[in-house]
Amino acid sequence: MPEAPPAAKSRKFRGRVFINWDRCKGCGFCIEFCPPKVLKFSDKFNNHGYHPPILENEPACTGCDLCGLYCPDFAIFGIREAVSAGVPAGADVPASPAAAA
Amino acid sequence: MSVSPAINPVEPFLRTERMPHIWCPGCGIGTTVNCFSRALVDSKLPLDKVAVVSGIGCTGRVAGYVKLDSFHTTHGRAIPFATGLKLANPSLNVVVYSGDGDLIAIGGNHFIHAARRNVDIKVICVNNFIYGMTGGQVAPTTPLGATATTSPYGCFEAPFNLPFLAESSGAVYVARWTAYHVRHIAHSMVEAFKKKGFAFIEILAPCPTLYQRRNKLGDGLETMRYYKQHSVIKNGASTRELKLDLKGEITVGKFVDIERPTLQDAMDQRYREVLKESYCGRGGA
Ligand code: SF4
Ligand code: SF4
Ligand code: SF4
Repeated sequence: MPEAPPAAKSRKFRGRVFINWDRCKGCGFCIEFCPPKVLKFSDKFNNHGYHPPILENEPACTGCDLCGLYCPDFAIFGIREAVSAGVPAGADVPASPAAAA
Repeated sequence: MSVSPAINPVEPFLRTERMPHIWCPGCGIGTTVNCFSRALVDSKLPLDKVAVVSGIGCTGRVAGYVKLDSFHTTHGRAIPFATGLKLANPSLNVVVYSGDGDLIAIGGNHFIHAARRNVDIKVICVNNFIYGMTGGQVAPTTPLGATATTSPYGCFEAPFNLPFLAESSGAVYVARWTAYHVRHIAHSMVEAFKKKGFAFIEILAPCPTLYQRRNKLGDGLETMRYYKQHSVIKNGASTRELKLDLKGEITVGKFVDIERPTLQDAMDQRYREVLKESYCGRGGA
């Protein structure tokens, strides 16, 4: 994983992105329009036979949620959280308990 | 894998048990729903005072997917239903969410008259230039030369210019964006929700399955890139001059933002003048 850009290190928040793996239809909108190009297509298929995005450069994520605005399948979104907050980010995190069902 | 309390901002507005939705990969309709959810949050409207009315079609499905009071009407009849809803229950914020085929073809007459009367409803029209759900027939928005199942040699009928139609019919707020302009769409929706009267937002959106495929315009993503490259924002532009063809520049922006009495206000004023004290007003007031 590439180093975080210097700007990211001095920020008081970090971006985190959540992907609902099986809801994705592989359109690529999130990958194309993510300003710092955090995402890329996975080589793997989801349950419906699409290639969802995975994190390629997670430290660059600003949490702008443009991916969330673009995703026509409500399968991804970004948030900003204070850098002290704990949980490690990662792909394949259910967006909500309901979505995981 | 960790489970996070973070939830997708659109999630509280969805009937998640109905997901995944029926829209095709790369269809732009879902993108507009994200914008709608952000606009609802930003405008702080009480959600039990928001009602969504759709007609038939791919965009018409929005009424069935949003976790708000909603009604899926017969083809073309979203606006008359919404008009009745607003007149009978003036405190509701009534949003009509439908496609170009439903709103402008089948329901075209309702559209112009609701704008003329300045009914206080917000109309969001997702324009994909074709009848989607019914199989890719030509619509009154299909650009000249574009192919549809019912125009195999290319469309030869001049299409409507929707913002011009809305403005000349009397709409008080008119904007056009593409599905690429997500933040602009959300901002326009917030403005439209604040507006009293007939507000109209046209959103051009990819229909990769029918329109783009038949016209060899690539997939949804290619269309989004095309929108990004070819859209020119001209706020306040004369709606008569707006550009939108099969290929070429697309004029987007907010074109109209004016005030004039709504149907309800005009009715109250007239009846008060004529009937004086014997007019008891609407809603038993
Ligand atoms: S939140 Fe913004 S920066 Fe992060 S992945 Fe999404 S679009 Fe990219
Ligand atoms: S925008 Fe949504 S559906 Fe499209 S590739 Fe990204 S996560 Fe998948
Ligand atoms: S047919 Fe077109 S408009 Fe309908 S869901 Fe598919 S891509 Fe979207």
